[in-house]
Amino acid sequence: MTPIAGAQQRRSISPPPQKKPKTTSMQLRVNRGRAQHRAWRYTCQPKTAARRHSLSLSKMSVYGPVVKIHPVVLASICDSYERRNEGASRVIGTLLGTIDKHSIEVTNCFSVPHNESEDEVAVDMEFAKNMYDLHKRVSPTEVIIGWYATGFDITEHSVLIHEYYSREATNPIHLTMDTALQSGKMSIRAYVSAQMGVPGKTVGVMFTPLTVKYVYYDTERIGVDLLQRTRVLPNRTKGLTSDLSQVGGSAARVQDMLTTMLAYIDDVLSGKVAADNSVGRFLMDLVNKVPTISAEDFENMLNSNINDLLMVTYLSNLTQAQIALNEKLVLL
Amino acid sequence: MCWKRPQRHASVDSSLGSGLTDIQGPVLQGDAVTPGELLTEAHQVLLKIIKHYQEEGQGSEVVQGVLLGLVVEDRLEITNCFPFPQHTEDDADFDEVQYQMEMMRSLRHVNIDHLHVGWYQSTYYGSFVSRALLDSQFSYQHAIEESVVLIYDPIKTAQGSLSLKAYRLTPKLMEICKEKDFTPEGLKKANIGFEHMFEEVPILIKNSHLINALMWDLEDKSTVADKHELLNLSSSNHLEKSLQLLMDRVDDMSQDIVKYNTYSRNQSKQQQQKHQYVQRRQQENTQRQSRGEPPLPEEDTSKMFKPPQPPPRMDTLLIAGQINNYCQNVKEFTSQNLGKLFMAEALQGHN
Repeated sequence: MTPIAGAQQRRSISPPPQKKPKTTSMQLRVNRGRAQHRAWRYTCQPKTAARRHSLSLSKMSVYGPVVKIHPVVLASICDSYERRNEGASRVIGTLLGTIDKHSIEVTNCFSVPHNESEDEVAVDMEFAKNMYDLHKRVSPTEVIIGWYATGFDITEHSVLIHEYYSREATNPIHLTMDTALQSGKMSIRAYVSAQMGVPGKTVGVMFTPLTVKYVYYDTERIGVDLLQRTRVLPNRTKGLTSDLSQVGGSAARVQDMLTTMLAYIDDVLSGKVAADNSVGRFLMDLVNKVPTISAEDFENMLNSNINDLLMVTYLSNLTQAQIALNEKLVLL
Repeated sequence: MCWKRPQRHASVDSSLGSGLTDIQGPVLQGDAVTPGELLTEAHQVLLKIIKHYQEEGQGSEVVQGVLLGLVVEDRLEITNCFPFPQHTEDDADFDEVQYQMEMMRSLRHVNIDHLHVGWYQSTYYGSFVSRALLDSQFSYQHAIEESVVLIYDPIKTAQGSLSLKAYRLTPKLMEICKEKDFTPEGLKKANIGFEHMFEEVPILIKNSHLINALMWDLEDKSTVADKHELLNLSSSNHLEKSLQLLMDRVDDMSQDIVKYNTYSRNQSKQQQQKHQYVQRRQQENTQRQSRGEPPLPEEDTSKMFKPPQPPPRMDTLLIAGQINNYCQNVKEFTSQNLGKLFMAEALQGHN
């Protein structure tokens, strides 16, 4: 009996079990006695014990490409979850992005209407194709790289949907996002499917987890920053501040960080916290970064810069006065 | 494996023509347009706009897209957006309309607000006041009174602070655009100056609780240190570019002024000539009368002296508005930099 950890690390098909596995780690479920035109559906669903294993596995190195997600994707998923139809417990959609040698970058997504009930799943394929075409017109470099679903588990239906998507893209990834916050966090996970079981007899599909990273463009970082500042306000709204107050805000944040550091240094000096050499080196770097320039040189630089800025301000004020005057003269 | 199609896809929804009338309905029933506040579901619109520029608009012209949302009491809520493809092909026009219709129809299926409430555009150093923008905004505002144009400045944002502004045309300007009367007399009648062209609408960002949870999660996981781009001292590049653009505009403006001056000079010269002619006529007439000859007929002076064409003033107005915008941006920038310089001075420990 191969232990679950080994099976999830190796992608190859494990040797046939001697008898039905007694451990609750894996369970092959075969769909019984449905209508004739439906083929057999085999699913594999890791049960709770294995789930605990998989949680610890996420700290181990996983085999497979790294998934880099942009925050815009996560925000869209949240939004489509909030707008789901009555009675739908989860939302699914397509992920678009680019594939690299070692990583998959997810940059866009759109939700796809689907119906889910006990024994069947219906996905609007036309819609998915249409949307993909439309999106392709705007950004032709994006391709379908997988799909997402909200919710914590991977259900049987996921397998079917995953199969559909494997027709659209080679080796699609599956992203789950727990919008119901079951474990207290919004666990965002990505999976790739792998075949497993006995070839020819009972075959199943297994989802192996992948590492998830968040990447931002520079401007995206600043946008996300702004959004994160709204989360601390009670009524969740925030206006966009302007010019000098922004510099003030930024300086205040640096000041906060400095106070934290000073508190730490005080603790170290008074012996409360053990001194850490690496932190000490960083601190030395920091202090040395302030360039030592002789007083007059610095005065000169400062003054010339200030002069430049003042001159520019004066010129722009002059221009504004000029056009205002011109306006009035014309209207005379 | 067979898939069952859901029922609601069987019949395509009623055409979007009727959808557009739906939009006009709730807006016009209310009172006249009040410059209400703008609300954005930031997590969507903001990030999408940023992403769109980042991926498609590097260095080239503007990227544009459509804003979707709802009008709620006196506020305009923007909840989603989608980008427009670039104008690379020849049949861009037809493509655009069809693209829009398709997009909105599809979005309706997934319960996303599909009402058009405006559009967004990226800008290069703040140069967005142009004829094209005016025309587009006018057509939008004509159809939907509350619509706005969101101007996103990526360069300023990359410097540390998100620069997103919402503008709407003032009612006065709407009047003028409707009548297409751009002569000086027309503008004088309306008494419009470059400051009254656009009115800025304040933006509020509102997040849902789920998004807040997402933000906390991201903060946890993200290992990138907080970038303090805003405190960067190197400013000369940005300042140079802005000033250069300002100079170009001022050149344009001066040319325009010269044109207007020649026009008014021509006009006054013509008036004088007319006056002289009429006087001479009268003199001759009295002379003839004194000599007993029949007086010469009064000729139509207006046909003889054709009045010069008044130059259209709309461009001047736009240029003035643009210059004003540049100056505002420059002043904002310099005030920020002055603050930073003084901070640097404090850091050096000198007084």
